[in-house]
Amino acid sequence: MSTWLRNSRGASLSLAAFGLLVAGVALAVFWVPNDADQGFSQRIFYLHVPVALTSYACFGWAAWKALRLLQTRDQRYDLESYTAVHMGVIFGALTLATGSIWAKISWGRWWVWSERQLVLFLILFLFYSAYFMLRYSTEPGPRRANMSAVYALFGVALIPVSFLAIRLAESFIHPVVFNRHGPQMAGSMFLTFCVCLAGTLALAAALYQNELTGKRLDARLRALREALA
Amino acid sequence: MTAYASDVAALTRKDLLLELRSRDTLPSLLLFVVSALVVFHFALPASSSRLAAGGLLWVAIVFTALLALGRAFVAERAERVLDGLVLAPCDRSAIWLAKGISVAVFLAVAEAIAVPAFALFFAPVTWAMIGAIALADVGIAAVGTLLAAMAAASRARELLLPLLFLPPVIPLVVGGVGATVAEDPGRYLAFLALYDLLFAILSWASFEYVVTE
Repeated sequence: MSTWLRNSRGASLSLAAFGLLVAGVALAVFWVPNDADQGFSQRIFYLHVPVALTSYACFGWAAWKALRLLQTRDQRYDLESYTAVHMGVIFGALTLATGSIWAKISWGRWWVWSERQLVLFLILFLFYSAYFMLRYSTEPGPRRANMSAVYALFGVALIPVSFLAIRLAESFIHPVVFNRHGPQMAGSMFLTFCVCLAGTLALAAALYQNELTGKRLDARLRALREALA
Repeated sequence: MTAYASDVAALTRKDLLLELRSRDTLPSLLLFVVSALVVFHFALPASSSRLAAGGLLWVAIVFTALLALGRAFVAERAERVLDGLVLAPCDRSAIWLAKGISVAVFLAVAEAIAVPAFALFFAPVTWAMIGAIALADVGIAAVGTLLAAMAAASRARELLLPLLFLPPVIPLVVGGVGATVAEDPGRYLAFLALYDLLFAILSWASFEYVVTE
């Protein structure tokens, strides 16, 4: 019964993600007005920013599960934290890709050091990629779970500190030139943005759920095999 | 002196005494940091500014720290001393604090050579720079000791430490370079102090989980 419930949760999340993302992209392409300053290309905003926020949400979720692991020493939180970091890195890579495309269209360069969020994501991407290295080169067990959890917690502390650092660095590396958002968002833009954000969050949740189910099945299968051998 | 402080003092004394007798780490650090500065002289084009040289000093400091941290848990891993320390009736964070202090001492000695060498080779040294270096040492030792303990527990030790260590010290480099080149270094020094405080507390609180199961 519980397995069926878990499986159907994954399926319903996937469906919700699909519906919301299709609706969001449709709204972003056909409904919202063109940006006065950047024209049509500004519409990548409706994908780029939700993906970035989803990535933060994944890292936050991973840190929460890591905290629970250290509190309770319950090993199932290790897999949940790991899967959340995994999703966060995937969405982080997507953020870098979409941000890079946007930078190319808006400013003619694939990489712009004065774009704070992109630089922050680069640092976070490097940081969380090392998380995988740490896991892969350590023997599985409670100690690895603890170390991964501590590292995931460091990650959420690093996010605001790095953001502050990048703002400080701009004043001696780059003057602040770009203010991307300019005027406040209109109602239709905000609604589209919310639909897209809900879509990417649902997508992350669906991926997380399916990945977790797969990994748990793996672990059970391995346990069964060992029991039979 | 409380029990905690005497534990930390004993462990720090052990590390420093070990280094005094074997001289494993410090001579290599000194030689490395001076060699790095010489390499940087040739890497910089002749017309580049004093500001660029200031940035390179920070690169030298970070890589020297990496070298020191890579050696930090070598003695503990051999003969499984760390297991013994974890079993000893002392707070585990005392192990982190003692190791952090000895790493900071090694770094300070290396910088006592590196900073005059920098002044000799490149540009004059300001008080703000020295303050920033002292603050960055605290942050490097705090975060680095924790990550070095993690790396020491993995299979790919020497390979893993730089990957774990470099992304979280980027803010320290930003603060340090800022204090080196900016007109008003105050807010960069404040930022470094904030980093030290945050990550020292975090590392102090979480070291126990890294060395136990």
